[in-house]
Amino acid sequence: MNAPQTPHALHFMPSEGFRARAKDVVENPFLRQSFRGAMDFLMSKRAAQFPDPEELESLRRLGERIRQYNLAKLPELLEKLEANLTRNGINVHWAETPEEANAIILGICQKHSAKLMVKGKSMVSEEIELNHAAEAAGIGALESDMGEYIVQLAHEKPSHIIMPAIHKTKEQIAKLFHENVPGVEYTDNVDALIQIGRQVLREKFEIADIGLSGVNFAVAETGTLCLVENEGNGRMCTTAPPVHIAITGIEKIVEKLEHVPPLLSLLTRSATGQNISTYFNMISSPRKPGEKDGPGEVHLVLLDNGRSQAYADEQLRKTLQCIRCGACMNHCPVYTRIGGHAYGTTYPGPIGKIISPHMLGLEATATMATASSLCGACGEVCPVKIPIPELLIRLREESFTAPHANPAMRGQGAGYSARISAVWRAWGAIYGSPALYRAASWLASRFRWLTPRKQAGWTSVRTPLQPAPKRLRDLIKERKP
Amino acid sequence: MSARDRILAKLKATAPATAGDLPDVAGWYATHRGEESTADKARRFRHFIELAHAEVYAVSRGGWLQKLYEVLSAKQIDKLLVAPGTPHGARAQGELPALGIACPSYDKPIESWKAAMFNETPASFTAARGAIAETGTLILWPTPDEPRLMSLVPPVHIVLLDAASIHNTFYEAMQAEGWKDGLPTNSLLISGPSKTADIQQTLAYGAHGPKELIVLMIGDEQ
Amino acid sequence: MHSRSAYPTDVYFFATCVVDQFFPGAGMDAITLLERQGIRVHFPEEQTCCGQPAYTSGFPDEARKVAALQLTLFPNDWPVVVPSGSCAGMMKHHYPTLFAADPARKAAAEHLSARVYELTQFLVEVLNFKPEDCGGDCTVVLHTSCSARREMGVHITGKKLLGDLAKVTVAQQDHESECCGFGGTFSVKQPEISAAMVEDKVKSLKATGAERVVSADCGCLMNILGHAAWKDQQAGLSKPSLPGEHIATFLLRRTAKESAQ
Repeated sequence: MNAPQTPHALHFMPSEGFRARAKDVVENPFLRQSFRGAMDFLMSKRAAQFPDPEELESLRRLGERIRQYNLAKLPELLEKLEANLTRNGINVHWAETPEEANAIILGICQKHSAKLMVKGKSMVSEEIELNHAAEAAGIGALESDMGEYIVQLAHEKPSHIIMPAIHKTKEQIAKLFHENVPGVEYTDNVDALIQIGRQVLREKFEIADIGLSGVNFAVAETGTLCLVENEGNGRMCTTAPPVHIAITGIEKIVEKLEHVPPLLSLLTRSATGQNISTYFNMISSPRKPGEKDGPGEVHLVLLDNGRSQAYADEQLRKTLQCIRCGACMNHCPVYTRIGGHAYGTTYPGPIGKIISPHMLGLEATATMATASSLCGACGEVCPVKIPIPELLIRLREESFTAPHANPAMRGQGAGYSARISAVWRAWGAIYGSPALYRAASWLASRFRWLTPRKQAGWTSVRTPLQPAPKRLRDLIKERKP
Repeated sequence: MSARDRILAKLKATAPATAGDLPDVAGWYATHRGEESTADKARRFRHFIELAHAEVYAVSRGGWLQKLYEVLSAKQIDKLLVAPGTPHGARAQGELPALGIACPSYDKPIESWKAAMFNETPASFTAARGAIAETGTLILWPTPDEPRLMSLVPPVHIVLLDAASIHNTFYEAMQAEGWKDGLPTNSLLISGPSKTADIQQTLAYGAHGPKELIVLMIGDEQ
Repeated sequence: MHSRSAYPTDVYFFATCVVDQFFPGAGMDAITLLERQGIRVHFPEEQTCCGQPAYTSGFPDEARKVAALQLTLFPNDWPVVVPSGSCAGMMKHHYPTLFAADPARKAAAEHLSARVYELTQFLVEVLNFKPEDCGGDCTVVLHTSCSARREMGVHITGKKLLGDLAKVTVAQQDHESECCGFGGTFSVKQPEISAAMVEDKVKSLKATGAERVVSADCGCLMNILGHAAWKDQQAGLSKPSLPGEHIATFLLRRTAKESAQ
């Protein structure tokens, strides 16, 4: 297939710098401890929601089936969704790239001479870097989810897809508010800080021209956009301003309304350990005649951005099962050590490692797949059973094997090194031959004193590896008469 | 070719031949969730929504207005946004002003009074269409009489719920009421007052929506 | 599928390359332990490695080449016992997919995978081995590899064997199920993150006060003991602060009447 070729100027950080960024975090004991504490908290909250392993497993199997069923019918369902949304009065737009999505959204804004857009939490809007595009077009884009608002005030990006400001302490937020919100005294009382945010953002909900949101599930049979949230800012963004624009990846679709309850249950329980979120907001049309509030115009932007590439391959398609709960990052020992920013991509953690290469190309994300011990914690907790470790191995293969014709992914072979490949070929030749292995392992034991004392990567925190004086096969021989 | 056509063409060219088994949602709920009596559902509903920091008061069909008045008095609220086009809204508007509580109506489009809604409306009173026991969730389907912002903007939201309308699960609610055959402009599940844990995982209520959610539940253990 | 009800007379022993070259003693102890249960243990001389290093590094062709050799080494219908959860997991779960496009080898892989057992799993599930403790009081902490836990689902069996030892207390470390940071080539490709993980792992193992760590996986042991020894060196300690060994070695010593300690 033809992978999209147009590179786009997103502000992600390429994976070459990953190791250095990761090192900065692991060497910061304060950050280490704070991530550990936060992840422990989220893991225990999730565990408390699933006391019955049989129920959990059967619900995960159902969730997996629902997602796979709907992905299998994706093109048909997208057409059905479009037809039903259109019938309901919602305008549907399609974008292949972040640029196209931004152009559509800003076009709607400009049509309404919009000055201010308030945003509910939307990782897809982060993915297309809508805030930069809006700023460049002279339109204010204000994040209204408390975590996103904090991150935006600090000129940062979210470090977690569910808890955007999880890397920040209340003291840092107190300082941020004090320095950036006019008239605010320093306070690190969390309730007081939230009330400050509430006050600032309420004024904006009242005057905003455009409300932007993401979508958690789009229901094809009814033409309904579903949003999950706790704060109420999502409802504000989708109800108070005269125009609502929703943006979503093309994969977040279900055929039937009855597919929603199991996925919702898996999502909130896996994400924050809540049996349900405070709000589940289902939007099926713009304001109808006689209704007194709600936006008069509702738009949905369907974004591809590499998803169709993942879709084309049976194994990689499983990436698209994701319902963005973040449990994989909460349980990931790597994410727990380095936090979200080190990844340099919109989606961090295990899901980020498997979805980002489709969005940004393997050339920009080549080393990300190596940042996993393949411990399997992510796959074990994934509510829709995405085999994340298996997909990481596949991405390693796509990255490290020599570039070939008709690759499954943009950037295939980006991590190829003739030297490394030769090393593995030699390894294969030795371990694939009993005679060569016997000889090589005999030499390694015999000349064990020649084993280097410095072993790259290993000996920075470990004593050197050294073969035993005698191999197991030698000991067995010696024992036998 | 448009972006739409290109995306669909790519997907169609690579879609699997079959979608496999239909997801057996009904089967899962039949196996994992049982039937419960109204009283049990009311108890579970109350347990979970109270865990989420809502206040629940058991009231009788005739006596809820008295409890509404008591709640407002206790919170020193003297103004309640009501929906006079609904029976409960009309009753509140008919009786509360004499007790010293003003009951303005949501009777015109929001554009003409947005500032007052945001800044001068301390509380609102709506009904719930139903509820969900297993998660402690209210079901609201806003109507022209009882619009969407009523349950969102005022800092205190008071909801009248008939315990007989509580379903065991979300799935049961949508199946029993045939939601797939027609959803309103906006339908909502509400499971407590607005909250956030975005600052150092510390729970705080009243993030953007109501700081307090009060449920007057008719028929609960009366 | 190999029948679990019949008590086996013969087993194959697949040592793994790490045991063959780095932990031969653990391999001998596992063999001795099996023989003590009245089982003939066969060690196919031509065995090398399960192929996992190449497989997880993204070089499936090389992994296939190595795996194909192992497929030919276990012709009789005997159980194949592996003293490592991760290598057992490779053979049991990944061989069939590795040879998905090669019907003859796929059939061989499936025939093999059905007979693969991780050592502690074999001892408990097949032999119903109940170790009789001949040692004195001692506290140990068990580290289970991620593959043993999540791929093989055998974290319970190691725990059960230690639990059956009358005078052994099994300490509980915090974050027990978390990876030690080894992950094969991960430890050298992402040394900073791996170092942070093993540092935390060793801290939580030591915090239990256990006198030693035991594990059924030599990869994890190399990592954990290597870091603990490095820490000791840094601190100028001559006696290891966290000694450790393969669970086979520990079990053998605890159950040996003549030399129990």
